[in-house]
Amino acid sequence: MAEARIPHPDLPPPVSIVGPIGWLRRNLFSSPLNILLTLLTLYLLVIAIPPLLRWTVLNATWSGDTRDACQANSGACWVFIRVHFDQFMYGFYPDAQRWRVDLTVLLLIVSAAPLFIRRVPNQIKLRLALGILACYPIIAFILLTGGFGLAVVETSQWGGLLLTLVIAGVGMTAALPLGVLLALGRRSQLPAIQTLCVTFIEFWRGVPLITVLFMSSVMLPLFLPADMSFDKLLRALIGVSLFQAAYMAEVVRGGLQAIPKGQFEAAAALGLGFWKMMGLIVLPQALKLVIPGIVNTFIALFKDTSLVLIIGLFDLLNMVHNATTNPAWLGFSTEGYVFAAAVYWLFCFGMSRYSQSLEKRLHTGHKR
Amino acid sequence: MTTDHVPAKPPFWNNPQIRAVAFQVVALIATVAFGLYIFTNTQANLQRLGIASGFDFLSSPAGFDIIQSLVPYSAASSYGQVFLVALFNTLLVSALGIILATLLGFGIGVARLSKNWLIARLALVYIETFRNIPLLLQIFFWYFAVLRAMPSPRQSLNLGDAAFLNIRGLYLPAPQFEAGFGWVLATLGIAAILTTLLVRWARQRQMVTGQQFPVVSAGLALLIGLPLVTFWLTGSPLHWQLPELQGFNFRGGWVIIPEMASLLLALTIYTAAFIAEIVRAGIQAVSHGQTEASFSLGINSGKTLRLIILPQALRVIIPPLTNQYLNLTKNSSLAAAIGYPDLVSSFAGTVLNQTGQAIECIVITMAVYLSISLLISLLMNLYNRRVALVER
Repeated sequence: MAEARIPHPDLPPPVSIVGPIGWLRRNLFSSPLNILLTLLTLYLLVIAIPPLLRWTVLNATWSGDTRDACQANSGACWVFIRVHFDQFMYGFYPDAQRWRVDLTVLLLIVSAAPLFIRRVPNQIKLRLALGILACYPIIAFILLTGGFGLAVVETSQWGGLLLTLVIAGVGMTAALPLGVLLALGRRSQLPAIQTLCVTFIEFWRGVPLITVLFMSSVMLPLFLPADMSFDKLLRALIGVSLFQAAYMAEVVRGGLQAIPKGQFEAAAALGLGFWKMMGLIVLPQALKLVIPGIVNTFIALFKDTSLVLIIGLFDLLNMVHNATTNPAWLGFSTEGYVFAAAVYWLFCFGMSRYSQSLEKRLHTGHKR
Repeated sequence: MTTDHVPAKPPFWNNPQIRAVAFQVVALIATVAFGLYIFTNTQANLQRLGIASGFDFLSSPAGFDIIQSLVPYSAASSYGQVFLVALFNTLLVSALGIILATLLGFGIGVARLSKNWLIARLALVYIETFRNIPLLLQIFFWYFAVLRAMPSPRQSLNLGDAAFLNIRGLYLPAPQFEAGFGWVLATLGIAAILTTLLVRWARQRQMVTGQQFPVVSAGLALLIGLPLVTFWLTGSPLHWQLPELQGFNFRGGWVIIPEMASLLLALTIYTAAFIAEIVRAGIQAVSHGQTEASFSLGINSGKTLRLIILPQALRVIIPPLTNQYLNLTKNSSLAAAIGYPDLVSSFAGTVLNQTGQAIECIVITMAVYLSISLLISLLMNLYNRRVALVER
């Protein structure tokens, strides 16, 4: 009688290959060089992290209203931020009117929230987005500057994060459509239009933003009739928008170039005119392709808003810088800059993460 | 029977050719009209303000000092010389920044791809931190929070008795060349020529026989060894002049002013984060099949990286890398915010304020940046044509 073949049960994989130990061996100690690098890095981290932690959290001063409160502790003096927090957010906006800024921001958040909820159908999203684009700038403008019964607040009193967000917001909404137009012009068959667009784009891309801002502050008054004068903020806005539009145009052009010729030809064969061909067939595909580039341009724009301090506007960075030179609060520049860096970082990092998720969601087809 | 149906002729405004011409004419007229409008306004404004346009102001004396200049300069020099000093300062900080950012960026880009989890994570943290913080803020941090907070010269940070760091800057020992040093340079030149010949010979031999020659080690031995021997034979004609504390400040040695140091630090750290991402993307763009094919041919991993991966990755890396170099050069204009005497701060700033020649100063400054950009784009296009994939 034949013996029944009873297979030996599978042995579990060796402990050194799987589980936490396997992970450590694979990722940290795979070769002598890696062991050395890991130990060196760990050593550096052990040296660097405790003092950093002590300064920012453990030995830091969180409560109090004067700089004397910080004398007792050796760490960071976050009281400095607490005392100046309202300044950093609103600049010199009058205390009694700050609810208007809060309301402006709140309105945007509430009205734009459905755009970020996936369950809302696209049709409604589109209408809502167009509605916001049409109405919100007017409402925000009235709320922030005044009129219609509200006290007038000069733009020279705007500042802090408010000003940063205004410049970034206006810059983004102006730069994207302008950039799309410029990109279409650059790809145009008409030589005159093409030359104009190429010259415009290459000029703005070839010079630093600082010189553009300098130009808008010292040369623009010379270009306009003597009795016509522009608000300083408006001049900066024009400079920033034109500058970023040129970069946006190059990003969009990349997308346009990636669309196969057959798409253009098919659209033309269906009898679509130029604007319908672009608006319905080409641009939706092209813009989808370059979402990362567009968001990168937005991030660059957001960071570049800090340059307006050169022409004397009080954005977030300039408010912080101003506070650190306040004689009553000397010696807290590190705290100030760390705070400003954290705010800028949150916005930029948030944008880049959102673009990544958007890219993943819109990635239909052509996936390898 | 069918009658020939002649379709109605479309109205002339629907004719694409006529439309195209009309559009372009309108665009051109609008542009010219806009230009004329600006021109007449400017003329009127200049007359009203009594500013004489023209570039004559470049030869009048400047009357202010500049804290760092590579060419001889004094307060009696002309505005034209201010321009030169400022231009050289811009080029200096850009060139140094490009070199340092490339080194750091390649290092971090490779670290980002390391198999070592800890190192890859650290590189990621570096990249995500520094590229999401405005450059101007970083410059301010290094300048106002770090270097301006350094002790006075008397309490300088002593770095090995050779270098000193204080609020006035970083003091480094300066090399002092003596009589025989020309010989050392001459041997270095000879060694360079010999190395070139060696490389050419080795390549030819490899083409013919397939045998490789250790070019790198032999070349390095030539380049370093020969000058060293001469250096020793001529009796060490080089001394280091150490900075010394005299009175309230250091004398002798090289000094890097804090404005330059903070600008350079911030530019390097910021741009390196972008370069690292470019390097990572470039290396990842080379398909893994290339590595596998190379290994299956028996080529070891070092040579695979050097001969297979890098040449292909560079094709992807170089164009965006040049863009970063351009960005760095343009970003060096942020020097104006901390008073490093570059083109924007000295020329478009101080000179403009002193002379009131706004248009001329801004136009010259913009023209310099524009020509640097266009020049680099031109070189870039030439390079691209050379390395672009030739498809059959």
